[in-house]
Amino acid sequence: MTKQNDNEAAMIASILAGDAQLYHDLIRPHERSVYMMALSFVKNEADAEDIAQEAFLKAFRNLSSFRAESRFSTWLISITLNEARSRLRRQTIVRMESLDDPPDDGEVASPALLRDWREIPSEALERQETRQMLQDAVISLPTIYRQVFQLRDIEELSVKETAETLGISVPSVKVRLHRARMMLQKQLSPLLKSVNPSPKRRWLLWS
Amino acid sequence: MVIECKHVWGYISDYLDAALPEDIRLDVQKHLEHCEICSAILDSTRNIIILTADERVFELPGGFSERLHARIDMELKGTGDD
Repeated sequence: MTKQNDNEAAMIASILAGDAQLYHDLIRPHERSVYMMALSFVKNEADAEDIAQEAFLKAFRNLSSFRAESRFSTWLISITLNEARSRLRRQTIVRMESLDDPPDDGEVASPALLRDWREIPSEALERQETRQMLQDAVISLPTIYRQVFQLRDIEELSVKETAETLGISVPSVKVRLHRARMMLQKQLSPLLKSVNPSPKRRWLLWS
Repeated sequence: MVIECKHVWGYISDYLDAALPEDIRLDVQKHLEHCEICSAILDSTRNIIILTADERVFELPGGFSERLHARIDMELKGTGDD
C-alpha cells in the first residue's frame, strides 16, 4: 500500500474516533475525480455537482463501512456511481445512450492517419482552445468508454481496479479503453492544421 | 511474423500499457520501426493521453470546493455530538 493509502487510513481512523473535521482534508484530493465521474453520467455541471456533494456526504455517513483493503479513491468513485445511477432512475430521465452504445465486440476502430498530435507539447494547454478541444473530445465519448478512459488514463487506476470499480470484466476494460483512446485519436487529429509545409519541423496552429 | 497496419492498430492500447504478450510485442515493434504511419498514430495517441490527463484540462466549476465544504460543515454540525 502506498504512503497516501496509509495516510488516508490513519485519517479515517481519526475521523471515526471523533475528529470529524479531518474529513475536509481527507476528501480534498478526490474532489475532481468524483465530480468528473458524476459528470460522465449526467453531462450537466449543476447535476454533476449535486451528485458529487451527495456522494461525499454518503461516504462520510458510511465511513465506518470502508475497508482498508480497498483504496479510498475507488470506494468514493463506487459511491458516486451508485448515487448517479439512482439519481437517474429517480428522475426517470431514461437516457437511451446505454442502449445506443456500440457493443464491445465488433470491428477495429481505424485511427486517423494524421500525425500532428504527437508534436503538441503540454505548453499548448495554456491555451483555452486546446483545453476545450480535449474536454469536448472526452465528453463526447459514449459513457461506457468515457468512464473507463477516465479511471485508467486520468485517475490512473489499474485495469483491475477499473474493472472492480465499474463492475465489469478485465477484458471489457481493455476493449473499452482501446476504443476510447482510438476514438479520441481519431476525433482530435483532424482538428489540427499544420501551417508549415516542411514535413520535418512544423509549427502548428489550432483550427 | 509480419503483421499489417490494421493489426497494429488493434494492439496500440495494450502496447502503450506494456500489456502485450512478448511475441506480439516484438512483431508490433518491428512493424513500428519501419512504418511511419503506425508510429505516428502510436505517438499521437500517447500524446493525447498525456495531454488529456493534465489537470489543467478538466477543472472544477468555480466555487465547487467552497460549496462542497460548506455542505459538509452543515452535516458535521448536525452529527457532531453522536
